[in-house]
Amino acid sequence: MARIQAAYRILADEARTRREQFDQSSLPKIHIGMATCGIASGALETKAAFETALADRGIDAHVHTVGCVGHCYAEPVVVIDYPDSGFPPILYPEVTPGKAKMLVKLFLEEGDPRFEHIMGATVENEMIPSVMEFARFSREKRVVMDRCGRIDPEQIHEYIADGGYGALAKALCGTPEAVIAEIEAAGLRGRGGAGFPTARKWRTARAAKGSDKWVVCNADEGDPGAYMDRTLLESNPHQVIEGMIIAAMAVGASRGLFYVRAEYPLAVRILTAAVEQAREMGFLGADILGSGLDFDIDLFQGSGAFVCGEETALIRSVEGYRGMPRHRPPYPVERGLDGRPTVINNVKTLATVPPIVDKGADWFRGIGTADSPGTAVFSVVGNVTHPGLVEIPMGVTLRELIFDICGGIPNKKKFKAVQIGGPSGGCLSAEFLDTPVDFDALTRVGAMMGSGGMVVMDEDCCMVDVSRFFLDFTQKESCGKCTFCRIGTRHLLDILRRLTRGEGREGDLEQLETLSRAVKQGSLCGLGKTAPNPVLTSLAYFRDEYEAHIKEGRCPGRTCRTLTAFYIDLDKCARGCDACVGCCPVEAVFTTSNRKKGIDQQLCVKCGECMVACPPDYDAVVKISPAALAPVIERPAEKKTEN
Amino acid sequence: MITLTADNRTIQAREGSSVLSACLSAGIYIPHLCWLEADAPADAPAACRLCLVEIEGFREPVAACVVTVENGMTVHTGTETVRRLQKTALKLLLSVHRVDCKHCPANKACALQNIAKFLGTGLGCKPFERVLKEPDVDSRHPVLDYYPNRCVLCGICVRVCRQRHQRPLLSFARRGFETVVGCFDADPVAAADCMSCRACLESCPTGALVQRTVVKG
Ligand SMILES: Cc1cc2nc3c(=O)[nH]c(=O)nc-3n(C[C@H](O)[C@H](O)[C@H](O)COP(=O)(O)O)c2cc1C
Ligand code: SF4
Ligand code: SF4
Ligand code: FES
Repeated sequence: MARIQAAYRILADEARTRREQFDQSSLPKIHIGMATCGIASGALETKAAFETALADRGIDAHVHTVGCVGHCYAEPVVVIDYPDSGFPPILYPEVTPGKAKMLVKLFLEEGDPRFEHIMGATVENEMIPSVMEFARFSREKRVVMDRCGRIDPEQIHEYIADGGYGALAKALCGTPEAVIAEIEAAGLRGRGGAGFPTARKWRTARAAKGSDKWVVCNADEGDPGAYMDRTLLESNPHQVIEGMIIAAMAVGASRGLFYVRAEYPLAVRILTAAVEQAREMGFLGADILGSGLDFDIDLFQGSGAFVCGEETALIRSVEGYRGMPRHRPPYPVERGLDGRPTVINNVKTLATVPPIVDKGADWFRGIGTADSPGTAVFSVVGNVTHPGLVEIPMGVTLRELIFDICGGIPNKKKFKAVQIGGPSGGCLSAEFLDTPVDFDALTRVGAMMGSGGMVVMDEDCCMVDVSRFFLDFTQKESCGKCTFCRIGTRHLLDILRRLTRGEGREGDLEQLETLSRAVKQGSLCGLGKTAPNPVLTSLAYFRDEYEAHIKEGRCPGRTCRTLTAFYIDLDKCARGCDACVGCCPVEAVFTTSNRKKGIDQQLCVKCGECMVACPPDYDAVVKISPAALAPVIERPAEKKTEN
Repeated sequence: MITLTADNRTIQAREGSSVLSACLSAGIYIPHLCWLEADAPADAPAACRLCLVEIEGFREPVAACVVTVENGMTVHTGTETVRRLQKTALKLLLSVHRVDCKHCPANKACALQNIAKFLGTGLGCKPFERVLKEPDVDSRHPVLDYYPNRCVLCGICVRVCRQRHQRPLLSFARRGFETVVGCFDADPVAAADCMSCRACLESCPTGALVQRTVVKG
């Protein structure tokens, strides 16, 4: 025991010394968020611009790459910590290369932090309002993402200096049963979707007969719009690795595997380097920290099939077969990879383990609700002012999350629906906004926690089309093995497609419902069992929209093209203005006899370009559904120039 | 031996066998397409979803081929829920099936015909619309023709091929509705042996895999 702590202390002291040197250095530090979200918004160019500008001006500074800070709407995000300037560390949003050059010159050289570009200070202070004054910051509770955006994911010493791997050392000093008991007392439930109690899974795996047990981290993350797991692996891989080693110790596993989709190249690269560093430090390999535990981790790149996130399909895929699920039981904890007992946990589940071991079950239970302790990480996207990754205590209501924390619906539009849990989840209407976000409350209303994708939709979304979108996804991603899912989802999709084309029939809704229930009941795996959820929930909560499509040929969200038309309001159209004419790709806009504009409904492809082009002062283009409501404006006969 | 109750009859089964095999041996028919007699409950693919039964103590209907018999188990093979789901499954299969029995080599020996007869449904697929795949025949294999619109994707051909040969020549291809059995343009040398094996041809429950009669040319 003492040996383990001593071994850890040596590593921790060294890491802390290095970090302190960095922190206490009086040089300016420029922290740049460089996860995929940052890079997609141009963080690489921003970093290059900082480096060039610093070199050009001969300024000495640390350019420090960190992971995602969670504020994806503001990427590239940069924090400049310039102690000698007298200012606290300042967070700048949307730092383009131009802004980077400007900040080097004006702030680093001349000491002016350019207040107009500041989002806030990252610490409380007297001079600059802190970002904590924004709900988007202050209402969050970070357990899983605590270190994201603060440390360089490629430098293990930064994680260790922040207390990282301390939980492992602590766990290794106790017994496996003690670790499982702590996780059980904390009430940790799996973050991969179903919310299965982690301690129960571990205990079964521990008790399962057989040697060479596995711990697998499920980083397949295939829900459209979800990217929490990727971001976590890119921003703080060591917390996941540490959780995995603790899991291995608890269940008696000797081998670990990260199952990461190959579409996550940055996560793969960072994770590979992180595992290598952890091995060099002695956290992986033989006799970890002198505890006698032998455990090592490999990485497997999946080819990106959504169904391979299902645990039995995941196992098949690692074994070299087509990723098709099989019936459970036997569960992977009894018969998993290579037939060995295998614990499969989500990235966030494993990342939650070290903080629990470190701070104790009571601390964890102090966050969240009684049945769903801890936090939930959501990627909130869609029609919302501040999209991005948000980590909140379980039990926060949807209303607080969408309106208070994420800033509500932009462009003065009204909220219509929120889709939670991706293709397996459901669409909830405004009356459910006071539902707390936790595993059971969401399941009760027909949605699902899922792995944390959340799409917010405003009044312009068509719920039939949203269902069609998700069914299109699940139908394509079905493994094709079982009858209900392979063929049933196709018929569901065909009906939904018909509805969006205005070809709905009497009896369609009943058939959607009956078939949805049959697919749920008859399918083999979770994909088929949950695929009809978007249809069933939207049918329950937005039935009037379905009926409008069938009975009136009307799309209330004015999204379905066959059911909508564009026309020009002649009272608003400005005589002589030509703004819309040139933008129409099919020359459907014509000039009326009194020099206003009309749209030829026969030619119009409903791209909506004219609506964008019409100057806001006139705002004359109108979108209407059903299409027949568009007033007919005669196209003047072509002027014959000859004859 | 294990003693259980199926449809109010007391039946006996070998330990470790599946509910499906126990019922079939006792003369209680349960429709099934994807199960092979040698399948232990943990190995059955459970793909066709026709063998659904209700077992007391289970929350929902379950595929009989994957449940291991237990003493005192009570199985119902013909409840309303079970029959409704089986009929739906069969109709779903028929909705992607070219029902042209007269011209099909499997006529009268076809598993779909038998199951339709047992369930009393006929070969229609109402209320589902028929959706067929293109093209109707895949002739990429050197000596076999594959008819995707006859195939029920039970996977038996893929499995028997794998059981016989080190390197299987058949496998599933594509995903979702588009899933088919493919031969990945089998190497003609290896495929020359197919006619001496014939395992897949003989085990296909429909007429989806047949020996090509006209020589390619
Ligand atoms: C179609 C389907 C896709 C899934 N995808 C994922 C995934 O991408 N990541 C994940 O962690 N779990 C996924 N799951 C859930 C896993 O099967 C499994 O329950 C989970 O990894 C267990 O981890 P947990 O106990 O930590 O939640 C998926 C399940 C289904 C049915
Ligand atoms: S439910 Fe869908 S994904 Fe799951 S086994 Fe069946 S066909 Fe495959
Ligand atoms: S070809 Fe025949 S044996 Fe093979 S999957 Fe299709 S129906 Fe089954
Ligand atoms: S025989 Fe059981 S599912 Fe096919």
